[in-house]
Amino acid sequence: MIKNGIKSAWQTFVVLGAVLFSTAQAELALNMPKGVTEFSRDVYHLHMIVLWVCIVIGVLVFGAMIYSIIKHRKSKGHKPAQFTHSTKAEVIWTTIPIIILIVMAFPATRVLIKMEDPQDMDMTIKVTGYQWKWRYDYLDEGFGFLSTLDRKSNLARQPGSGIDPETIPNYLLEVDHPLVVPVNTKIRFLLTADDVIHSWWVPALGWKRDAIPGFINQAWTEILEPGTYRGQCAELCGKDHGFMPVVVKAVSKDDYKKWVAMMKGAEVEQAKLDEKTWSKEELMAKGQEIFESQCASCHQKNGQGMPPAFPSLVESQTVKGPLKDMIHTVKFGRPGTAMSAFGNILSDSDLAAVITYVRNQFGQQNDVVQPQDVAAINQS
Amino acid sequence: MSHATTHEHDHHDEKPKGFVKRWLLTTNHKDIGTLYLIFALIMFFVGGAMALIIRLELFQPGLQFVQPEFFNQLTTVHALAMIFGAVMPAFVGLANWMIPMMIGAPDMALPRMNNWSFWIMPFAFAILLSTFFMDGGAPAAGWTMYPPLVLQGGKNVAFMVFAIHLMGISSIMGAINIIATVLNMRAPGMDFLKMPLFVWTWLITAFLLIAVMPVLAGAVTMILTDHYFGTSFFNAAGGGDPVLYQHIFWFFGHPEVYILILPSFGVISEIIPVFARKPLFGYTAMVYATASIAFLSFIVWAHHMFTVGMPLGGELFFMYATMLIAIPTGVKIFNWVSTMWQGAMTFEAPMLWAIAFVVLFTIGGFSGIMLAIAPADFQYHDTYFVVAHFHYVLVTGAIFAIIAAVYYWLPKWTGHMYNQKLAKWHFWLSVISVNVLFFPQHFLGLAGMPRRIPDYATQFAEFNMISSIGAFVFGFSQLLFVYLIWKTVKGGEKATSKVWEGAKGLEWTVPSPAPHHTFQDNAPVNDADLAHGGAH
Repeated sequence: MIKNGIKSAWQTFVVLGAVLFSTAQAELALNMPKGVTEFSRDVYHLHMIVLWVCIVIGVLVFGAMIYSIIKHRKSKGHKPAQFTHSTKAEVIWTTIPIIILIVMAFPATRVLIKMEDPQDMDMTIKVTGYQWKWRYDYLDEGFGFLSTLDRKSNLARQPGSGIDPETIPNYLLEVDHPLVVPVNTKIRFLLTADDVIHSWWVPALGWKRDAIPGFINQAWTEILEPGTYRGQCAELCGKDHGFMPVVVKAVSKDDYKKWVAMMKGAEVEQAKLDEKTWSKEELMAKGQEIFESQCASCHQKNGQGMPPAFPSLVESQTVKGPLKDMIHTVKFGRPGTAMSAFGNILSDSDLAAVITYVRNQFGQQNDVVQPQDVAAINQS
Repeated sequence: MSHATTHEHDHHDEKPKGFVKRWLLTTNHKDIGTLYLIFALIMFFVGGAMALIIRLELFQPGLQFVQPEFFNQLTTVHALAMIFGAVMPAFVGLANWMIPMMIGAPDMALPRMNNWSFWIMPFAFAILLSTFFMDGGAPAAGWTMYPPLVLQGGKNVAFMVFAIHLMGISSIMGAINIIATVLNMRAPGMDFLKMPLFVWTWLITAFLLIAVMPVLAGAVTMILTDHYFGTSFFNAAGGGDPVLYQHIFWFFGHPEVYILILPSFGVISEIIPVFARKPLFGYTAMVYATASIAFLSFIVWAHHMFTVGMPLGGELFFMYATMLIAIPTGVKIFNWVSTMWQGAMTFEAPMLWAIAFVVLFTIGGFSGIMLAIAPADFQYHDTYFVVAHFHYVLVTGAIFAIIAAVYYWLPKWTGHMYNQKLAKWHFWLSVISVNVLFFPQHFLGLAGMPRRIPDYATQFAEFNMISSIGAFVFGFSQLLFVYLIWKTVKGGEKATSKVWEGAKGLEWTVPSPAPHHTFQDNAPVNDADLAHGGAH
């Protein structure tokens, strides 16, 4: 029976080995990526040094153990020695690890000091985490935007969607608006959050840093190669924690300048949108689009929500109540709940559209909200 | 428990009649130990069932079985159930059963408190698990319960906090009892430096428990008042500090992981010498190493927080302090290998589990050293690499040690030898599947898969599938363990009082099964009977 057990165990190993080998053939990532910044490469080398130190120690310790298990067994007639201690041995195997640790501590300290010293930065980007999206503000340029999971991934990830994730390019690692940055530029990141703690992570940059409400954390990077680099939120932040990817598009300095000019043009367009008077049809169409991208993950597409955490809009007294109160709730949020202040995220015309949509669609109210109505509501 | 052997042990074996008197009102350390162990086994399966639903959902990309919010509830309660419901009570159960017998005491020092500290636990877990059936479900912010996220929970916040209060009270009472027993109830001749290492490690663990459980209670109480009474301890908008919570939590949390592992070190230090037929190598060094680990556990907490944005000085301090833990831990591993060296080993079930413990716990230790390197932790943190790390130290570490202990002492508890063949099947199935389960998670983490996500990018699909297969084999293999325990309780070849050829220590001087009351006459201890009587 034991022999059979060992045999079947061995067969399992062979099958698993084959699986592992074939996955390795498919160029599956087994190791930390080297990344595209000096820091990420330093970290990679540090990781490899420590890994090899561990492997060598492991081979020595397990080797001694396996030798002992084979040789020093009773079934081979080995007589037990009776030694019980050796101060010399204890001193040796205390001292050698100390030396190894000191040797490892030097490069680790050097890399850490470099990471924590953001001097002579060329530009600054503020990253704000929301449940469950990121906002990027280009502080030197004066514009910013939201970055959420792209539509295709979002449809496929719904329970029972019937869409095979394999058919979605970059499933769960694609956003509607990536963070665009220039290469060979020292970029300071200021990270914070609006609701709960998030963590901004792109493995190719070599670090993650928590985005904490009430705190502004600092980190920096200098990307050496153009390309698109993907990561995810790394700190549990509620139900859609797995669905707020980070995508960084590193472009040449010239392309970056063109992109900034384009974004500034779009800002002017946006300002015009906030000034014009909208028809109800326009508001409803735009409102539905915004509702589905910003609101539906909690309040659901049909407005039923998921009580008690995420209330139903159909039953909501706020949706049926005075317009001013509802604008206030959407614009400034509900402290102590998952309802964040969307005034920080969306433009006045977007807010007007989504409030119009919700009141007509779920509250049986025949309201038309204009951007100017939203602008008129103050916090107090 | 079998009553068939009662007549052989005259007045020592008068067990109270009736379920209520025997189990509800018991003050007997052995019965309370049994209760703890059964409770732990049940919670092991409750937490394990949650883990299997998690692995089922992660079997392939896409959401097939559970909603994301339920997934978060599962990861949260899985951890709480395994830590506070399975591993800690199992070790308290082992302590209850074995410490009095190992030090020649008739019972625990505070038997009534012992009863109370056990009977709190089922209520604590009834409260915690009941939240699954409430509006809004169970707590879903992770076992670390970080605000502000945890404050978004509904009614479950109060239930979670009170459940943790109860578990804390139970742990503190258990710890006081163990300290009082070890300090006051040792038989004459059982000097401190002759005590079994299991007793030593538990004594040190008990001090850790008393030091940190109140800290956790304080942290969760502040969550309670933030949620219900409008305080702002952790609310930045009200002048509070969400990072403060993390400091308080991990000041509890890091010693807590040593609370889970130190008694394992004790168990392994008992088993290896017996089956190597050779005294434990470096007994005194083992005691000092345990104490050093316990001390260091208080000054490394912020290595769980390298990414929250600490000042450079803080990061360097916590990195260096954490690396230091490798030294006493290394001493332990080297001493275990030296104990095996030149012995005359046999490989019965307890020894197999103990050897697997040494190897696999060391692998968990290696990833621990890697995680200690702060700049590299900026990559590892909150990924599956961390998940792999702590499951290596807690499953193949703590839980393997508990299983080893059960196989080691089960004949003493039941009076029957168990089926070695079945036990070896259980071992091989478990040790292979647990590596299939957790080893690929190292790769997933390094490749960039964050922890606590219900769905993942397609490049992570293969290793997740392998991991899930391992999880199911490992999970169902544990049914063999239950079957084997059940069979051994019911019957089997009669065990001698010594049970194992190389066994040494007071517990092996009493008959198997151990009589209901042992060491009622305070006879002096004979050094030759002790595992560490003349070892130094």
